[in-house]
Amino acid sequence: MDLTWVMTIGGTIIFIIVMLLVWMAVRGPAALRGIIASRAMIMAGGVAFPVVVLTALLAWGLAIARDIRVSGQEPAVRIEVSGEQWWWRVTYLDGAQRPLFATGNEIHLPAGSVAAFSLVSPDVIHSFWIPSLGGKLDMIPGRTNSLIIRPERPGVYRGQCAEFCGAQHALMSLIAVVETPEDYAAWFENQMQPAREPQTAEQQLGMQLFGENGCGACHAIRGTEWNGMAGPDLTHVGSRKTLGAATFPNNRGTLAGWISSAQHLKPGNKMPSFDRLTGVELRALAAYLEALK
Amino acid sequence: MKFPNETPRPPGELEELQRIWKPPRGFALISAVNNTYVGAYYVGTALLFFIFAGILALIMRTQLAVPENDLVGHAVYNQLFTVHGTTMMFLFAVPAVEAMGVLLLPNMIAARDLPFPRLSAYAFWAYFVGGLVFFSSIFFGAAPDGGWFMYPPLTSYKFSPAINADFWLLGIGFIEISAIAGAIEIVVGILRTRAPGMTLGRMPVYAWSMLVFAAMIIFAFPAVIACTLLLELERAFGWPFFIPEQGGDPLLWQHLFWFFGHPEVYIIFLPGAGMVSMIVPTIARRPLVAYELVVVALVATGFLSFGLWVHHMFTTGLPAMSLGFFSAASMAVAIPSGIQVFAWIATLAAGKPRINVPALFIFGFFFIFVAGGLTGVMVAMMPFDWQAHDTYFIVAHLHYVLIGGMVFPLFAALYYWMPMMSVRPLSERLGRWAFWLMFGGVNLAFFPMHLTGMIGMPRRVYTYPAAMDWASLNLLSTIGAFTIACGVAVVVVDVFRNFRIAASEDNAGNVWNAGTLEWLPTGYFQTRSIPIVTSRDPLWTQENLAQDAEAGRYYLPGTVTGLRETLVTSSDLAEPQYILTLPGPGWSPVVGAVFTAAFFLLLTGKFVLAATACGLLAVIAIMIWAWGNDKGPREPADIGGGIKLPVNVTGRNSHAWLATLILNIVLFNIFAAVIFTYLFLWTVNESFLPSASETPDLQWPALSVAMLAGGSALVGIARRALGSALITVPLLLLASALLLAGIVPASYAHWAAGLRPDVNSYGATVFTLFGLAASVAISAVILCLYSIARILAGLLDGSRRLTFEVTAMLCHYAVAQAVLTIVFVTVMPRILGP
Repeated sequence: MDLTWVMTIGGTIIFIIVMLLVWMAVRGPAALRGIIASRAMIMAGGVAFPVVVLTALLAWGLAIARDIRVSGQEPAVRIEVSGEQWWWRVTYLDGAQRPLFATGNEIHLPAGSVAAFSLVSPDVIHSFWIPSLGGKLDMIPGRTNSLIIRPERPGVYRGQCAEFCGAQHALMSLIAVVETPEDYAAWFENQMQPAREPQTAEQQLGMQLFGENGCGACHAIRGTEWNGMAGPDLTHVGSRKTLGAATFPNNRGTLAGWISSAQHLKPGNKMPSFDRLTGVELRALAAYLEALK
Repeated sequence: MKFPNETPRPPGELEELQRIWKPPRGFALISAVNNTYVGAYYVGTALLFFIFAGILALIMRTQLAVPENDLVGHAVYNQLFTVHGTTMMFLFAVPAVEAMGVLLLPNMIAARDLPFPRLSAYAFWAYFVGGLVFFSSIFFGAAPDGGWFMYPPLTSYKFSPAINADFWLLGIGFIEISAIAGAIEIVVGILRTRAPGMTLGRMPVYAWSMLVFAAMIIFAFPAVIACTLLLELERAFGWPFFIPEQGGDPLLWQHLFWFFGHPEVYIIFLPGAGMVSMIVPTIARRPLVAYELVVVALVATGFLSFGLWVHHMFTTGLPAMSLGFFSAASMAVAIPSGIQVFAWIATLAAGKPRINVPALFIFGFFFIFVAGGLTGVMVAMMPFDWQAHDTYFIVAHLHYVLIGGMVFPLFAALYYWMPMMSVRPLSERLGRWAFWLMFGGVNLAFFPMHLTGMIGMPRRVYTYPAAMDWASLNLLSTIGAFTIACGVAVVVVDVFRNFRIAASEDNAGNVWNAGTLEWLPTGYFQTRSIPIVTSRDPLWTQENLAQDAEAGRYYLPGTVTGLRETLVTSSDLAEPQYILTLPGPGWSPVVGAVFTAAFFLLLTGKFVLAATACGLLAVIAIMIWAWGNDKGPREPADIGGGIKLPVNVTGRNSHAWLATLILNIVLFNIFAAVIFTYLFLWTVNESFLPSASETPDLQWPALSVAMLAGGSALVGIARRALGSALITVPLLLLASALLLAGIVPASYAHWAAGLRPDVNSYGATVFTLFGLAASVAISAVILCLYSIARILAGLLDGSRRLTFEVTAMLCHYAVAQAVLTIVFVTVMPRILGP
């Protein structure tokens, strides 16, 4: 942040000085023009000044870069994020890098702790970027990139894919929820649980429709027979704040809308539009999913 | 002062010169090859593509003017930004600066034409046809949509199975070949056809910048040719270079692409800087201050620009140590730019500047380019770039640099040099309107983008949510974009109203009172007589130079062979060495170019038979064109001042030798890029190399090397026996057979050992190396057969032998590349393998 300010202000000052020199070269008094026209001026402005300023800037920048990329602390949270066309598969890992549970398009982090990310991609190149929490890092097929984030202030931060990744690159976002350690622990505990059983008749119908329509071929819900891997894990989909890779708010209406017209809302994504379902069926499905808190 | 030639000149001399250089009339103007005509077509076409790509930008800006707009969907938008970037880079910027070189350089160094007029015509027409067809793909939804940088795996067959990506790979790959042809011509033109006395130290800065430009093309473009070749091989035949499951790596593309892509930025900027260095002294009415420093800065930029490509890859997760090196190099390149900026300001301060339209565009250039340079320093800082990368901040930065560094100098140049080639100059009044609209528009369009990027808007998004608060800044950018369009429209009106190509001596002339030779009075044949240059600004320091040159008092005031001619001088001191006869108008370059373009485009559509037919027709047209070249040496002729020069020489001192040498360098650089591929994949992939037991035994490679060496030796013997067709023809036939067959034992042995190109990246790389060696060998053999045909036709013998010299050079090179390939793929697994 300091670096950005220093460079912005410094750059503006240099810009103004150079423009003033151009002005003085054309309109200035003869004595001043004589100085501007000298070889010494060219050497001072073109060589000496940039060498000094850029060397200092480089040293500072490299020092900051090292601090950003290297953390002395043991990470409190380990997360693998996989960029996929056009959403984020988020898997929380234990200390031995084994998966604990999976979610999609939403990351929760405890404030004040170091989180270590493993960034991967099974398809094309994506770039993981939550501007308020740090710089971006690419997700490259065949490679695993490591990123350290240490969020300080609780809040909800938006992130977005930064590397062009095809048709719906524009709508590939995610959110990061930074919470107090207590809230985070509660969230974590909840995510570790299998999915809730449906409570109402409508939810019961929704669950039945989920099976009949083959949703489980692509989506997993822990605690049920469904373990599809193509799309996001829906075990706790009702607890998430957004839908469609942080494109829409998550509620019963948008859930139903997404199921019936995913191809209209986000053309080209892998989820077909289930537009033959009736209104009653859509409401039931949405009710079931919404209840998966 | 005593002049080389006496006046008055004999009657009829001028008329003879005019007759020989007279351009064809009417429709046949298409067959003109003279640099004035080809240059004008070339510049005009480049500007046409600037307008086309600009219209695409306007559609994009309209789409982004408001959030959640549905004017165009994602499918169209992704094609729009891909074609906008691709067209601006490959069909506008590089051709435009090359075109200006074709137009200006011969006049500026007082040559009658470029040394290979038909090659420039061919390069232009290939670009014209290929470019138009490529661009029109957007009307059929078949345009590439993977970004102008074409990163695999997004552009690989799995994720882009349609023809769109192939259009980019073959269309652009082919236009790169046209750019290389132009670059070779420019190097030879600058080094060998300067006016007597114009030593390297007196050469106009623009010529220096074009020399560096052309050299950079020769080293940078082979990398992109190589990577487009690799990706097309992967797409068409499944040779896995970029697929990690089969030992490839997506980052290989990024290294090769940016090894070309960053120098590309300076390839575009340096000619712009060269133009500024020509225009600023004229505005200031005094010579450039610190000429030597500016030249050193140009050369230094050329070298440094090859050391920064990784700064496009700061976010790929490469080790911090190597990123630090590239960060430092990226900042270092600011120094030569700084030297030039301060030298231009110093020149203005030292002179008495006047404000006209070219001057306004130069001041606009200072403003925009300096701002873009400073944001460039910001993004060279890694921690800043990790945020700014792939956001609208970069969009702002790159447009400031490229519009500032290239577009404004180009428009300054358009207004500045128009009187040289047009009957009327462009309008001062319209020019001022155009300038203020463009200047205001550029800042209004692109300054807000710095902020849009800082608050998090990524690039290449077809829409953005209303909740993001990016709308008002985007609307400003859209208004700015349309303002630029208005400015460009004013220029178009001005050009239509005032540009009438000057047919002969009726150009508007030296209206700015400039000091360099392009402002000599010109005819179809450029300057009447080729002056002796004794300073950097001859028209300022050599009194009456224009009148004396026009009166024919200097060298070669007429024609000595009855053909088009130019003077070839030594590359350093520009001492007259020989007279080169040049070809006149011809249809074969046009026909050859059209069929070459058709070959590549039909190949894109996988119409293999039609493509082959067009390819053959292209080769035939080129053969017809070449058949009339190599007119052979003639009696030495007098150019004045008691200097008798040979006409059309052969051997190391000929311009053709230099051109062939450069061609071999280009071929070697493509080869080197594939060697890099091999080594890179080896470093990222532990199981890349096979064990020694899986590689062929040594006898087969050894046999290959022996056969190839034999071919080379036979060509060498044939060279000594050129007088006798009875000896040379069988020798050349045998050599051709050895060249073709020589690669077979080594490559077949790999096949027999079980290696396949479509299984893993190692096989793909090895067979690509063999394939490259084979295609160079085939080209050499075609030249051998062509030489044989000329021997049999009595057009090639002991003294008329330039065709053979070129053939022999390519043969020796083909053998060298094949032998290097064989030794490399044989030795590497044995010393580095498991």
